[in-house]
Amino acid sequence: MACFIVPVAEAVVTTVITKAVKSKDTKPEALKADTVSFSAKHKIPFSRKLKWLSNMLWGGSVLLAFEHVWHGEVVPWFPFLTAASDPAETSEMLFEMATVGVSMALIVTAVWGVMLLVTNAMEKKAIKAHPAQIKEGCI
Amino acid sequence: MTLLTTVFAAIICTIIWYKNAPNSEMKVGILCWMYWGASLMWLVDAVFEYVELKAEYFTPAPVDMLNDFYLGLSVVALGLIIWLVILLIKDPKGVVKAALFKK
Repeated sequence: MACFIVPVAEAVVTTVITKAVKSKDTKPEALKADTVSFSAKHKIPFSRKLKWLSNMLWGGSVLLAFEHVWHGEVVPWFPFLTAASDPAETSEMLFEMATVGVSMALIVTAVWGVMLLVTNAMEKKAIKAHPAQIKEGCI
Repeated sequence: MTLLTTVFAAIICTIIWYKNAPNSEMKVGILCWMYWGASLMWLVDAVFEYVELKAEYFTPAPVDMLNDFYLGLSVVALGLIIWLVILLIKDPKGVVKAALFKK
């Protein structure tokens, strides 16, 4: 009915956070461009990792919204959601958003969380594989 | 059927991305994120539908299957259109710029 609205809301929040984190990430790098450490070089910026989540959420939501248009649940005129015009259907829609929509947002976030764990482990492995460079004072 | 179509699209895009990595001139990664995101969301939808319909979920009527497949193909096409628009706007190879500002 309108389950895609929950991931869309999360995508908006994630995009805003990504922009904020990105501006924080780039500032110190610009100041000390010559002294970028080995570990920093091999670490993926958190803003980039957040972008993975927002890309998944936006992409999935857009395609899911298209499915809702296909089934006539989303229309180009007010109130845009056909279920919103009838109180009984509205409560059903809200229930679906609370169950299916929240589950969708949670599973995408959970998969992203697993990806973070894997990439963090890979980053640590890459840093461990170059202990000489770390001892030499590259960091 | 829509879930299956999107999953196959996601797998194919991921293979193409991996084959060309780390070169990302064609921005195939965008397609991967989009299709995997949609696949995960449709997976949740399928789980809820399965809970409701039980085994009946796996024996859909041929007309429903055809309609779902048609929807799946349309979703894949929409994803490709979005990717193409992003590719042309970002223009990582500079092809559009070169064509527009050619004397």
